Amino acid sequence: MRQTVAALLAKELALELRTREAVPAMVLFSITTYVVFHFGLDRDRVTGDLAAGVLWVTLLFAAILGINRLFVADHEQGGFDGFLLAPVDRTALLVAKVIALFSFLCVVEVVAVPAFAILLLGPSLTQALPELLLVLVAANAGIAVVGTLVAALAIQTRARDLIVPLLALPLLVPVVLAAAQGTTPLFAEGGAGALAGDWLAVLALYDLLFALIAYAVFDFLLED
Amino acid sequence: MPANDHAVVLRGAGRRYGERAALRDVSLELPAGQTLVVFGPNGAGKTTLLRMLATLLRPHAGEVCVLGRELPDSGYAVRGRIGFLGHEPLLYRELSGRENLRYHARLHRRPAACVQEVLDAVGMSARADDPVAELSRGMVQRLAIARTVLHEPELLLLDEPLANLDPAAAAQVQPLIGRASGRTRVVTSHDPAGGLDGADLALGLRGGRVALLAPASAVTTAQIAELYA
Repeated sequence: MRQTVAALLAKELALELRTREAVPAMVLFSITTYVVFHFGLDRDRVTGDLAAGVLWVTLLFAAILGINRLFVADHEQGGFDGFLLAPVDRTALLVAKVIALFSFLCVVEVVAVPAFAILLLGPSLTQALPELLLVLVAANAGIAVVGTLVAALAIQTRARDLIVPLLALPLLVPVVLAAAQGTTPLFAEGGAGALAGDWLAVLALYDLLFALIAYAVFDFLLED
Repeated sequence: MPANDHAVVLRGAGRRYGERAALRDVSLELPAGQTLVVFGPNGAGKTTLLRMLATLLRPHAGEVCVLGRELPDSGYAVRGRIGFLGHEPLLYRELSGRENLRYHARLHRRPAACVQEVLDAVGMSARADDPVAELSRGMVQRLAIARTVLHEPELLLLDEPLANLDPAAAAQVQPLIGRASGRTRVVTSHDPAGGLDGADLALGLRGGRVALLAPASAVTTAQIAELYA
């Protein structure tokens, strides 16, 4: 299966590098949203739970853009059929798409998190960064798994653009909740506090649970 | 159910889309190495039949056996042994022909060298590194044929395979997908004379039902024309 995942992943990354449809849109959306928050809240800087909320809500909505595009090329250009005609484990497609979406989210955050620090965040990001990275990785994993599952379901419908947010947002509420709660101490007014480890554990549990669900149901989503 | 020397066996096979039956009660046997040509007007069920044999659609009625395996349960066992050429080329437009074929070669566990071989065989080596989106429909069809035979399938399922090809290109791909390939073939066609040429068995579909099933040598072009009347 490793070879199949590598082939699928190479194709995913090549397509994104050629089309630049998902990642640039997600980055631009994130930065625009910070600007909107800046004016909407009428504040130059945010801290604590407000900062964590702004960051995670923005990243979640940006992720929705990527989730919406995840299977479009496969659906419109026969990639599904090409894959289904090959003698390969169908779970490879799930794994490759999750890794691809996870990678896209990481690339987006390389720009979006520093942009958040510059445009809105009160306390310095430097001190919070190592622990914030842990939360980002755990949250990205959850978003990638649930996003891939929802995208695979929605691509079979005519109202894909509507179905993705309607399904993904409720399912991802626990991710936003846990990530925001875990991040809040890191953005404290007086300097970064300790990471809320309990919430990181919640994120890890969520990731594990949905990875198992995705593994169990993904084959059925590809069935005719 | 099937004799091992039959590549395709259908017994009362059917397929619905919602309430509409696209294919009803189709029964036939195609011995290995032979060619079945399928005629029928648009919407007759030709593409549905091919997609069902390719394991892309589940049969809703009857029995379908391909290369000695019953579908859909044993679909996984025959996928790598089937070459499917449908209306869509199954190629990513933003990738080059070579990148697309490399991707399919990896999925089918074929060595990278086979990509250049099939590109040469379909006469696409010179434009192999251009994005598929920049190629003419005929060139895309040649790449699609290369993709279809890349993994050396035993059974070819070809939906109007010569569509968009000029005569020279059509002649060039014959060793790959024509009778000379020596493979079992199921080919759809709208051309009575050209379709029957090189076929062993002729199937005519109308409204999803079998309207004609006979050895190709016994079928006249007038019988085929009647299907479209």
